Amino acid sequence: MRERQLRARDMLRGDLEGEDLERYVEERVVMTSFEKMLGWARSNSIFPLTFGLACCAIEGIPMAAVTARYDIARFGAEAGRASPRQADLIVLSGRVSIKMAPIIRRLYDQMLEPKWAISMGACSSSGGMFANYAVVQGADKFMPIDVHIPGCPPRPEAVLYGFNKLQRKIEGNPDQSWRARYGAEGTEEWARGGPRSEPSAASSEAYELARELLRA
Amino acid sequence: MPDAPGLELIRGEIEAAHPGAVIDSGFAQERAVLSIDPAHVLDVLRWLRDTSGHEYGFLSSLHAADYLPAQPRFAVHYELLNRDRVERIRVKALLPDPGDGALPELDSCVELFPTAEFQEREVFDFFGIVFKGHPDPRRILLPEDYVGWPQRRDFPVGGEPVTFTYNERNYG
Repeated sequence: MRERQLRARDMLRGDLEGEDLERYVEERVVMTSFEKMLGWARSNSIFPLTFGLACCAIEGIPMAAVTARYDIARFGAEAGRASPRQADLIVLSGRVSIKMAPIIRRLYDQMLEPKWAISMGACSSSGGMFANYAVVQGADKFMPIDVHIPGCPPRPEAVLYGFNKLQRKIEGNPDQSWRARYGAEGTEEWARGGPRSEPSAASSEAYELARELLRA
Repeated sequence: MPDAPGLELIRGEIEAAHPGAVIDSGFAQERAVLSIDPAHVLDVLRWLRDTSGHEYGFLSSLHAADYLPAQPRFAVHYELLNRDRVERIRVKALLPDPGDGALPELDSCVELFPTAEFQEREVFDFFGIVFKGHPDPRRILLPEDYVGWPQRRDFPVGGEPVTFTYNERNYG
Protein backbone atom coordinates (compact mmCIF):
# COMPACT_ATOMS: atom_id res chain seq x y z
CA MET A 1 0.00 0.00 0.00
CA ARG A 2 2.71 2.40 1.02
CA GLU A 3 4.57 1.50 -2.14
CA ARG A 4 1.56 2.34 -4.29
CA GLN A 5 1.19 5.69 -2.59
CA LEU A 6 4.81 6.49 -3.15
CA ARG A 7 4.53 5.59 -6.82
CA ALA A 8 1.46 7.77 -7.18
CA ARG A 9 3.41 10.61 -5.65
CA ASP A 10 6.21 10.02 -8.08
CA MET A 11 3.79 10.00 -10.99
CA LEU A 12 2.30 13.32 -9.92
CA ARG A 13 5.76 14.81 -9.62
CA GLY A 14 6.51 13.58 -13.13
CA ASP A 15 9.30 11.27 -11.94
CA LEU A 16 7.83 8.14 -13.56
CA GLU A 17 8.95 7.54 -17.10
CA GLY A 18 8.99 4.88 -19.80
CA GLU A 19 8.03 1.38 -18.70
CA ASP A 20 7.21 2.45 -15.15
CA LEU A 21 4.68 4.95 -16.42
CA GLU A 22 3.15 2.38 -18.77
CA ARG A 23 2.70 -0.07 -15.91
CA TYR A 24 1.26 2.61 -13.67
CA VAL A 25 -1.40 3.50 -16.23
CA GLU A 26 -2.25 -0.16 -16.92
CA GLU A 27 -2.82 -0.84 -13.25
CA ARG A 28 -5.13 2.09 -12.76
CA VAL A 29 -7.33 2.17 -15.83
CA VAL A 30 -10.42 0.02 -16.27
CA MET A 31 -11.82 -0.36 -19.75
CA THR A 32 -15.56 -0.60 -20.07
CA SER A 33 -18.35 0.54 -22.29
CA PHE A 34 -20.09 3.81 -21.62
CA GLU A 35 -23.46 2.09 -21.17
CA LYS A 36 -22.06 -0.20 -18.54
CA MET A 37 -20.51 2.64 -16.63
CA LEU A 38 -23.71 4.63 -16.85
CA GLY A 39 -25.77 1.68 -15.68
CA TRP A 40 -23.40 1.06 -12.80
CA ALA A 41 -23.63 4.68 -11.74
CA ARG A 42 -27.38 4.84 -12.08
CA SER A 43 -28.01 1.62 -10.24
CA ASN A 44 -26.05 2.81 -7.23
CA SER A 45 -27.60 6.25 -6.92
CA ILE A 46 -31.33 5.66 -7.14
CA PHE A 47 -33.53 8.39 -5.67
CA PRO A 48 -36.78 6.77 -4.55
CA LEU A 49 -39.95 8.83 -4.40
CA THR A 50 -41.15 9.47 -0.86
CA PHE A 51 -44.55 7.97 -1.44
CA GLY A 52 -46.81 5.52 0.33
CA LEU A 53 -50.15 3.94 -0.42
CA ALA A 54 -51.23 1.67 2.41
CA CYS A 55 -49.93 -0.65 5.08
CA CYS A 56 -46.77 -1.63 3.14
CA ALA A 57 -45.81 2.03 3.36
CA ILE A 58 -46.17 1.98 7.13
CA GLU A 59 -44.68 -1.39 7.82
CA GLY A 60 -42.54 -2.26 4.90
CA ILE A 61 -40.62 0.75 3.73
CA PRO A 62 -39.44 2.11 7.09
CA MET A 63 -38.67 -1.39 8.28
CA ALA A 64 -37.11 -2.63 5.10
CA ALA A 65 -35.38 0.41 3.79
CA VAL A 66 -34.72 3.27 6.11
CA THR A 67 -33.96 1.81 9.51
CA ALA A 68 -30.41 1.08 10.60
CA ARG A 69 -30.86 -2.68 10.68
CA TYR A 70 -31.60 -2.95 6.96
CA ASP A 71 -30.45 0.43 5.71
CA ILE A 72 -31.00 0.96 2.03
CA ALA A 73 -28.20 3.56 2.11
CA ARG A 74 -25.86 0.61 1.58
CA PHE A 75 -27.15 0.57 -1.99
CA GLY A 76 -27.05 4.32 -2.44
CA ALA A 77 -30.80 4.84 -2.38
CA GLU A 78 -31.33 6.62 0.89
CA ALA A 79 -32.08 10.02 -0.65
CA GLY A 80 -35.85 9.99 -0.75
CA ARG A 81 -37.23 12.69 -2.99
CA ALA A 82 -40.50 14.41 -2.19
CA SER A 83 -41.09 15.42 -5.81
CA PRO A 84 -41.57 13.05 -8.72
CA ARG A 85 -39.50 15.41 -10.88
CA GLN A 86 -36.42 14.46 -8.89
CA ALA A 87 -37.14 10.78 -8.31
CA ASP A 88 -35.99 7.74 -10.29
CA LEU A 89 -37.96 5.04 -8.54
CA ILE A 90 -41.55 4.78 -7.40
CA VAL A 91 -42.40 2.02 -4.94
CA LEU A 92 -46.09 1.12 -4.99
CA SER A 93 -46.52 0.15 -1.38
CA GLY A 94 -50.06 -1.07 -0.88
CA ARG A 95 -53.37 -1.58 -2.60
CA VAL A 96 -54.17 0.78 -5.47
CA SER A 97 -57.77 1.91 -5.34
CA ILE A 98 -59.46 2.86 -8.59
CA LYS A 99 -59.60 6.45 -7.40
CA MET A 100 -55.87 6.49 -6.67
CA ALA A 101 -54.82 4.87 -9.96
CA PRO A 102 -54.97 8.03 -12.13
CA ILE A 103 -53.00 9.94 -9.51
CA ILE A 104 -50.28 7.29 -9.43
CA ARG A 105 -50.19 7.26 -13.20
CA ARG A 106 -49.75 11.02 -13.19
CA LEU A 107 -46.92 10.78 -10.66
CA TYR A 108 -45.24 8.15 -12.79
CA ASP A 109 -45.63 10.28 -15.90
CA GLN A 110 -44.15 13.26 -14.09
CA MET A 111 -40.97 11.37 -13.26
CA LEU A 112 -38.08 12.04 -15.60
CA GLU A 113 -36.52 9.32 -17.69
CA PRO A 114 -34.93 6.96 -16.86
CA LYS A 115 -37.42 5.80 -14.26
CA TRP A 116 -38.33 2.55 -12.61
CA ALA A 117 -41.22 1.16 -10.61
CA ILE A 118 -41.38 -1.53 -7.96
CA SER A 119 -44.69 -3.09 -7.01
CA MET A 120 -44.30 -4.03 -3.37
CA GLY A 121 -46.55 -6.62 -1.82
CA ALA A 122 -49.46 -8.76 -2.95
CA CYS A 123 -51.99 -5.93 -3.18
CA SER A 124 -50.29 -3.71 -5.71
CA SER A 125 -49.07 -6.72 -7.70
CA SER A 126 -52.39 -8.55 -8.03
CA GLY A 127 -55.03 -6.86 -5.91
CA GLY A 128 -54.22 -9.27 -3.09
CA MET A 129 -57.14 -10.02 -0.86
CA PHE A 130 -59.07 -7.04 -2.18
CA ALA A 131 -60.94 -8.77 -4.96
CA ASN A 132 -63.66 -6.14 -5.02
CA TYR A 133 -65.08 -3.11 -6.79
CA ALA A 134 -62.72 -0.56 -5.25
CA VAL A 135 -59.22 -1.89 -5.93
CA VAL A 136 -57.26 -2.21 -9.18
CA GLN A 137 -56.33 -5.86 -9.69
CA GLY A 138 -52.64 -5.35 -10.20
CA ALA A 139 -50.89 -2.03 -10.75
CA ASP A 140 -49.37 -3.23 -14.03
CA LYS A 141 -52.80 -2.74 -15.55
CA PHE A 142 -52.13 0.98 -15.82
CA MET A 143 -48.36 1.47 -15.62
CA PRO A 144 -45.19 -0.50 -16.35
CA ILE A 145 -43.68 -2.30 -13.36
CA ASP A 146 -40.07 -3.48 -13.28
CA VAL A 147 -40.01 -5.67 -10.19
CA HIS A 148 -42.84 -7.33 -8.31
CA ILE A 149 -42.09 -8.21 -4.69
CA PRO A 150 -44.45 -10.82 -3.23
CA GLY A 151 -45.51 -10.89 0.40
CA CYS A 152 -48.09 -9.41 2.72
CA PRO A 153 -46.10 -7.44 3.69
CA PRO A 154 -42.81 -8.59 2.15
CA ARG A 155 -40.01 -9.34 4.56
CA PRO A 156 -37.34 -6.61 4.67
CA GLU A 157 -34.94 -9.06 3.07
CA ALA A 158 -37.41 -9.56 0.24
CA VAL A 159 -37.68 -5.83 -0.36
CA LEU A 160 -33.90 -5.47 -0.49
CA TYR A 161 -33.63 -8.52 -2.71
CA GLY A 162 -36.14 -7.01 -5.08
CA PHE A 163 -34.22 -3.78 -4.99
CA ASN A 164 -31.00 -5.61 -5.85
CA LYS A 165 -32.78 -7.27 -8.74
CA LEU A 166 -33.78 -3.84 -9.96
CA GLN A 167 -30.17 -2.70 -9.67
CA ARG A 168 -29.01 -5.59 -11.84
CA LYS A 169 -31.74 -4.76 -14.32
CA ILE A 170 -30.57 -1.14 -14.47
CA GLU A 171 -27.01 -2.33 -15.06
CA GLY A 172 -28.31 -4.09 -18.15
CA ASN A 173 -27.81 -7.54 -16.73
CA PRO A 174 -31.24 -8.63 -15.49
CA ASP A 175 -31.70 -11.85 -13.56
CA GLN A 176 -33.08 -14.75 -15.50
CA SER A 177 -36.35 -16.14 -14.30
CA TRP A 178 -36.27 -19.49 -12.55
CA ARG A 179 -37.86 -21.07 -15.60
CA ALA A 180 -34.95 -19.91 -17.71
CA ARG A 181 -32.40 -21.16 -15.19
CA TYR A 182 -33.97 -24.59 -15.00
CA GLY A 183 -34.86 -24.83 -18.67
CA ALA A 184 -38.55 -24.94 -17.88
CA GLU A 185 -40.04 -22.55 -20.42
CA GLY A 186 -43.33 -23.77 -21.68
CA THR A 187 -44.52 -24.95 -18.30
CA GLU A 188 -46.34 -21.71 -17.55
CA GLU A 189 -49.95 -22.16 -16.64
CA TRP A 190 -51.08 -20.06 -19.58
CA ALA A 191 -48.82 -21.92 -22.00
CA ARG A 192 -50.30 -25.23 -20.89
CA GLY A 193 -53.81 -23.85 -21.32
CA GLY A 194 -54.51 -23.35 -17.66
CA PRO A 195 -57.96 -22.62 -16.31
CA ARG A 196 -59.70 -19.79 -18.12
CA SER A 197 -56.45 -18.37 -19.41
CA GLU A 198 -56.41 -17.25 -22.99
CA PRO A 199 -53.07 -15.87 -24.14
CA SER A 200 -53.47 -13.37 -26.91
CA ALA A 201 -52.06 -14.06 -30.36
CA ALA A 202 -49.42 -11.38 -29.79
CA SER A 203 -48.23 -12.87 -26.52
CA SER A 204 -48.03 -16.36 -28.00
CA GLU A 205 -45.97 -14.98 -30.85
CA ALA A 206 -43.62 -13.19 -28.46
CA TYR A 207 -43.34 -16.36 -26.45
CA GLU A 208 -42.39 -18.47 -29.47
CA LEU A 209 -39.85 -15.84 -30.49
CA ALA A 210 -38.29 -15.90 -27.04
CA ARG A 211 -37.99 -19.67 -27.17
CA GLU A 212 -36.33 -19.48 -30.59
CA LEU A 213 -33.81 -16.97 -29.26
CA LEU A 214 -33.03 -19.17 -26.28
CA ARG A 215 -32.48 -22.24 -28.46
CA ALA A 216 -30.15 -20.36 -30.78
CA MET B 1 -86.05 3.09 23.04
CA PRO B 2 -89.83 2.83 23.29
CA ASP B 3 -91.03 -0.46 24.77
CA ALA B 4 -93.45 -2.68 22.88
CA PRO B 5 -96.67 -0.94 23.98
CA GLY B 6 -95.02 2.43 23.39
CA LEU B 7 -94.09 1.44 19.87
CA GLU B 8 -97.65 0.28 19.20
CA LEU B 9 -98.94 3.62 20.50
CA ILE B 10 -96.59 5.49 18.16
CA ARG B 11 -97.73 3.30 15.31
CA GLY B 12 -101.39 3.96 16.15
CA GLU B 13 -100.85 7.71 16.28
CA ILE B 14 -99.02 7.76 12.96
CA GLU B 15 -101.73 5.59 11.40
CA ALA B 16 -104.34 8.06 12.59
CA ALA B 17 -102.44 11.01 11.08
CA HIS B 18 -101.28 9.29 7.88
CA PRO B 19 -103.39 6.25 7.01
CA GLY B 20 -101.44 3.49 5.31
CA ALA B 21 -98.04 4.90 6.22
CA VAL B 22 -96.89 2.19 8.61
CA ILE B 23 -96.65 -1.33 7.21
CA ASP B 24 -95.22 -3.12 10.19
CA SER B 25 -93.74 -2.53 13.60
CA GLY B 26 -91.65 -4.67 15.85
CA PHE B 27 -88.26 -5.24 17.39
CA ALA B 28 -85.14 -6.37 15.58
CA GLN B 29 -81.77 -6.73 17.32
CA GLU B 30 -83.35 -5.05 20.39
CA ARG B 31 -84.20 -1.98 18.38
CA ALA B 32 -87.72 -0.62 17.81
CA VAL B 33 -88.44 -0.69 14.08
CA LEU B 34 -91.21 0.96 12.11
CA SER B 35 -91.45 -0.35 8.56
CA ILE B 36 -93.14 2.24 6.42
CA ASP B 37 -94.43 2.87 2.94
CA PRO B 38 -91.78 4.86 0.99
CA ALA B 39 -94.43 7.26 -0.24
CA HIS B 40 -94.93 8.49 3.33
CA VAL B 41 -91.32 8.67 4.43
CA LEU B 42 -91.31 12.45 4.88
CA ASP B 43 -94.66 12.42 6.69
CA VAL B 44 -93.47 9.84 9.19
CA LEU B 45 -90.08 11.45 9.78
CA ARG B 46 -91.63 14.88 10.24
CA TRP B 47 -94.21 13.44 12.61
CA LEU B 48 -91.54 11.71 14.71
CA ARG B 49 -89.40 14.82 14.75
CA ASP B 50 -92.04 17.43 15.56
CA THR B 51 -94.79 15.77 17.61
CA SER B 52 -94.48 16.84 21.20
CA GLY B 53 -93.89 13.91 23.52
CA HIS B 54 -91.80 12.13 20.86
CA GLU B 55 -89.41 14.61 19.27
CA TYR B 56 -86.85 12.34 17.73
CA GLY B 57 -84.87 15.34 16.59
CA PHE B 58 -81.54 13.77 15.67
CA LEU B 59 -80.86 11.58 12.68
CA SER B 60 -77.92 9.55 13.91
CA SER B 61 -77.57 7.45 10.78
CA LEU B 62 -79.08 6.93 7.37
CA HIS B 63 -78.17 3.83 5.44
CA ALA B 64 -79.58 1.27 3.05
CA ALA B 65 -79.65 -2.48 2.69
CA ASP B 66 -80.26 -4.86 -0.20
CA TYR B 67 -82.36 -7.84 0.83
CA LEU B 68 -82.23 -9.72 -2.49
CA PRO B 69 -84.02 -12.11 -3.12
CA ALA B 70 -86.58 -10.85 -0.59
CA GLN B 71 -89.30 -8.47 -1.75
CA PRO B 72 -89.43 -5.55 -1.46
CA ARG B 73 -85.79 -5.63 -2.26
CA PHE B 74 -84.30 -2.47 -0.76
CA ALA B 75 -84.75 -0.70 2.55
CA VAL B 76 -83.49 2.70 3.60
CA HIS B 77 -82.95 2.85 7.35
CA TYR B 78 -83.29 6.05 9.36
CA GLU B 79 -81.89 5.78 12.87
CA LEU B 80 -83.59 8.49 14.94
CA LEU B 81 -82.56 9.59 18.39
CA ASN B 82 -84.15 11.69 21.08
CA ARG B 83 -81.23 13.12 22.95
CA ASP B 84 -83.22 14.22 26.03
CA ARG B 85 -84.61 10.80 26.82
CA VAL B 86 -81.81 8.92 24.97
CA GLU B 87 -84.41 6.97 23.04
CA ARG B 88 -83.79 5.51 19.65
CA ILE B 89 -86.15 4.32 16.95
CA ARG B 90 -85.46 2.93 13.51
CA VAL B 91 -87.61 3.82 10.53
CA LYS B 92 -87.28 1.47 7.62
CA ALA B 93 -88.61 2.56 4.23
CA LEU B 94 -89.23 -0.58 2.15
CA LEU B 95 -88.43 0.05 -1.51
CA PRO B 96 -89.34 -2.38 -4.29
CA ASP B 97 -87.01 -2.76 -7.26
CA PRO B 98 -88.70 -1.07 -10.22
CA GLY B 99 -86.95 -3.47 -12.59
CA ASP B 100 -85.69 -2.96 -16.16
CA GLY B 101 -82.60 -1.15 -14.92
CA ALA B 102 -84.67 1.69 -13.48
CA LEU B 103 -83.54 3.08 -10.16
CA PRO B 104 -85.78 3.04 -7.09
CA GLU B 105 -86.80 6.49 -5.92
CA LEU B 106 -87.46 7.98 -2.53
CA ASP B 107 -88.07 11.48 -1.13
CA SER B 108 -84.98 13.18 0.22
CA CYS B 109 -85.12 14.15 3.89
CA VAL B 110 -82.41 16.79 3.69
CA GLU B 111 -84.94 19.52 4.46
CA LEU B 112 -85.79 17.77 7.73
CA PHE B 113 -82.28 16.64 8.70
CA PRO B 114 -79.46 18.52 6.94
CA THR B 115 -77.01 15.83 8.05
CA ALA B 116 -78.68 13.46 5.62
CA GLU B 117 -77.10 15.17 2.63
CA PHE B 118 -73.84 13.23 2.56
CA GLN B 119 -75.43 10.03 3.76
CA GLU B 120 -78.04 10.08 1.03
CA ARG B 121 -75.29 10.65 -1.51
CA GLU B 122 -73.48 7.62 -0.12
CA VAL B 123 -76.61 5.48 -0.39
CA PHE B 124 -77.04 6.66 -3.97
CA ASP B 125 -73.39 5.91 -4.63
CA PHE B 126 -73.48 2.31 -3.50
CA PHE B 127 -77.10 1.20 -3.98
CA GLY B 128 -78.37 3.40 -6.79
CA ILE B 129 -81.33 4.67 -4.78
CA VAL B 130 -82.33 8.09 -6.07
CA PHE B 131 -83.39 10.67 -3.50
CA LYS B 132 -85.86 13.08 -5.08
CA GLY B 133 -85.24 16.69 -4.07
CA HIS B 134 -81.68 16.16 -2.96
CA PRO B 135 -79.71 19.40 -3.45
CA ASP B 136 -76.59 17.73 -4.84
CA PRO B 137 -77.32 14.26 -6.17
CA ARG B 138 -73.84 13.09 -7.18
CA ARG B 139 -71.64 10.18 -6.28
CA ILE B 140 -69.61 10.87 -3.17
CA LEU B 141 -66.95 8.17 -2.69
CA LEU B 142 -66.57 6.40 -6.02
CA PRO B 143 -65.27 8.17 -9.13
CA GLU B 144 -67.85 10.26 -10.96
CA ASP B 145 -67.69 8.04 -14.03
CA TYR B 146 -68.06 4.74 -12.17
CA VAL B 147 -70.61 2.38 -13.69
CA GLY B 148 -72.72 0.20 -11.40
CA TRP B 149 -73.91 0.05 -7.82
CA PRO B 150 -71.30 -2.00 -6.00
CA GLN B 151 -73.04 -2.74 -2.69
CA ARG B 152 -76.00 -4.38 -4.37
CA ARG B 153 -76.09 -8.09 -3.89
CA ASP B 154 -76.16 -8.83 -7.62
CA PHE B 155 -73.01 -6.78 -8.26
CA PRO B 156 -70.15 -9.10 -9.26
CA VAL B 157 -67.49 -9.53 -6.60
CA GLY B 158 -64.70 -8.84 -9.07
CA GLY B 159 -61.12 -10.00 -8.92
CA GLU B 160 -59.38 -12.29 -11.33
CA PRO B 161 -59.23 -16.06 -11.65
CA VAL B 162 -56.00 -17.28 -10.09
CA THR B 163 -54.30 -20.01 -12.07
CA PHE B 164 -52.83 -22.08 -9.28
CA THR B 165 -52.25 -25.75 -9.92
CA TYR B 166 -54.73 -26.52 -7.16
CA ASN B 167 -57.50 -24.67 -8.98
CA GLU B 168 -56.56 -26.28 -12.27
CA ARG B 169 -56.71 -29.78 -10.82
CA ASN B 170 -59.97 -29.32 -8.96
CA TYR B 171 -61.92 -26.86 -11.06
CA GLY B 172 -60.17 -26.67 -14.43
